[in-house]
Amino acid sequence: MAFRLPMWVRLRALIVKELLALLRDPKSRVVLIVPPLVQLFVFSFAATLEVKNVSMAVLDEDHSRWSWELIQRFRASPTFADVVMLDGARQIQSVLDRQQVLLVLRIGETFARDLEASAQPVSGAAEEGGARPASLQLILDGRRSNTAQIVQGYAAEIISGLARDAAAARGGASARSGSNSAGSSPAVAVIGRNWFNPNLIYRWFTVPSIIALLMTVTGLIVTGLSLARERELATLDQLLVSPLTTWEILLGKTIPAVIVGAIQAVFFVSAAVLVLQVPFNGSLALLFLSLFVFMLSVIGIGLFISSLAQTQQQAILGALALISPAVLLSGFASPVESMPGWLQVVAEANPLKHFMIIARGVFLKDMPAALVLANTWPMVAIAAVTLTAAALVFRRKLGS
Amino acid sequence: MQAASGMSAPASARTRFDPRRLAALFVKESHQVVRDPSSILIAFVLPAILLFLFGYAVSLDINRVRVAVVLEDDSPEAYSLASSFLGSSYFDVSIARDRRQVEEGLVSGELYGVIVVPQDFARRLLAAGRADSSDGVSGAPASVQVLTDGSQPNTAAFVQNYSQGAVTNWLQQRQLTRGAAMPADLAADTRVWYNPALHSRDFLVPGSIAVIMTITGTLLTALVVAREWERGTMEALMATPIGIFEILAGKLAPYFVLGMAAMTVCVIAAVQVFDVPLRGSIGALVAASAVFLLPALGQGLLISTLARNQFVAAQAAVISGFLPAFLLSGFIFDIASMPVPIQVVTHVVAARYFVTCLKTLFLVGDVWPLLLPNMAAMAAIGAVFLGITALRTKKRLD
Repeated sequence: MAFRLPMWVRLRALIVKELLALLRDPKSRVVLIVPPLVQLFVFSFAATLEVKNVSMAVLDEDHSRWSWELIQRFRASPTFADVVMLDGARQIQSVLDRQQVLLVLRIGETFARDLEASAQPVSGAAEEGGARPASLQLILDGRRSNTAQIVQGYAAEIISGLARDAAAARGGASARSGSNSAGSSPAVAVIGRNWFNPNLIYRWFTVPSIIALLMTVTGLIVTGLSLARERELATLDQLLVSPLTTWEILLGKTIPAVIVGAIQAVFFVSAAVLVLQVPFNGSLALLFLSLFVFMLSVIGIGLFISSLAQTQQQAILGALALISPAVLLSGFASPVESMPGWLQVVAEANPLKHFMIIARGVFLKDMPAALVLANTWPMVAIAAVTLTAAALVFRRKLGS
Repeated sequence: MQAASGMSAPASARTRFDPRRLAALFVKESHQVVRDPSSILIAFVLPAILLFLFGYAVSLDINRVRVAVVLEDDSPEAYSLASSFLGSSYFDVSIARDRRQVEEGLVSGELYGVIVVPQDFARRLLAAGRADSSDGVSGAPASVQVLTDGSQPNTAAFVQNYSQGAVTNWLQQRQLTRGAAMPADLAADTRVWYNPALHSRDFLVPGSIAVIMTITGTLLTALVVAREWERGTMEALMATPIGIFEILAGKLAPYFVLGMAAMTVCVIAAVQVFDVPLRGSIGALVAASAVFLLPALGQGLLISTLARNQFVAAQAAVISGFLPAFLLSGFIFDIASMPVPIQVVTHVVAARYFVTCLKTLFLVGDVWPLLLPNMAAMAAIGAVFLGITALRTKKRLD
């Protein structure tokens, strides 16, 4: 060992080499920036649990003033885009089976009569308040049961609104004749206020979440492939005979991935704020600090997979086998709290879960530093464990 | 490239279709699949893990949402209202005295909602009751404030709606116990066909099979063929007298078999482990799956042909295959609610048609008028992918 370059020189050479390998090929350069941006736009609008443009069918067997009024109210509601009139009960099955409509409202022959009867105040002594034979039927498509559940709420609202108005019309008439109409107006006002997102714009929720999701995908694939590719192309041996230590090799793989991730994040955050108009209320410094730790934990997982894999193909499949659970256990599609207890424990090991809380918090809630750090330290732990594991596996494989 | 340009086999020999050559290629490709443990991983282990997670982790049924009720008023009425929240199965309620204690919870995400019963709640409520009976003019009605964490819009809307419901219920109970007259509400008799208990698992598990099949079909094919291009073995294959269609068929066949095997595993698990009903026929299920594999495999082949590099192929397969199948197929997020331009985009996602077929086959039955157009769409997308692949591959040879 006559001459040895200082560590930072060796490391810098490796980092430059890695960045060149990643960015020299125009195809991979494009793949790292353009599709993720397109995805951010498309998915941010697509991933919505809001319900709009529902198509429905009505079978009106009553043909009364009230049934016409009810149909008009459904037509006027912004939730229902398309109201088809059916001619007979036999059509119900076919329109639902073929998914032409999400729900069918069947207005029975006695609807107007029942409505006017129900508008009469029921005396307090009445045994069964609501057990009137139903002249209204709502049939929903359970294939889209989530949407169906939400739509059911909207439909119930419209129907009881009509009942209230019918009662009010009646009550107005009967009030003049002396009886009172107590209880027809709500005695308690519920004042709703949504913090951080007053109009509940769904995009404000999806954009920060999707940014976190896309960063996980690229982070895992970039690093997951790195060692495996060198092994497959046999360039790993060249690295091994160089004066670089195991840790330096891993560091040389980590830093370029962090740089690529940071560049991506700048594109994402700018697009979110400037184009998608998501408010950014928090501290950019805090976001990037936690992003750095998040990238380290994702890269740790990626390098761990990569150190285990013999070929690039195995590395990609391993990365993908992890991406899907990471997305599912992140709280993006469904809240982590509604999962079974033991899965919630598993979700704690998912960096995406922690980072999504931070991303949404910093974007919308101006999350204070203490809370950001409280969600950051689990990622520090994940990064420490995975990076060490990657180094150990990598070294053991070299020994054998 | 040397090998490709140096080919001199007469065109007639290559375009002639030879079943023996195809069989040889099929055997070679199958060996390659069976010998690589990662294909077994992706065909059997990954579907099992994913199904398991989709079955247990993803539930769109919101229940036991954490909220706090802040009692600034300590009247019996306020306590009675709080207890109606405590009794609700939709909320996991903690009680606080001061709203400052709990507002922090909204920021940290520990709470999804805060229901504030203000100091003058009982006074206003009782005043309104007296005003009503004496026909006087009532003042401002009693109010309850519901604060939610709007950064999770779905849950926020849920908290708003169910708080409103809890308050209305409480009022009705109160009216009833006081023997007051009130108009009967009109409620429709609601039935949910195909999934009466509204188990979200019953529609998520069939939908997730489409995502799993996309991974198996598109990703695996994209990677394997990209590796052949990367290593130059594809050119070697082209230098043989095998025609381009035979190469494509020989590449597709083993993955087709693998895909159908993964499908079998998924269906058995869905029915046996997750108790999802299977109301359609096995024949229709096989037909729909077979048709879906055309675009799935075709997309994989096309990606690998264009990319010729495993890294790019993997990224492209995840971005154009897996994520759209997850987000744009209508599997979780309803397509009708998306903006129109994005609805247009979903039409080129083959998984969209497969999700419809699977949900219908599992929950409804063989609705051919719905299945056939969807299968036709999948076949068309598959034909386009395979056609472009064939063209691109030919071009490179000239």
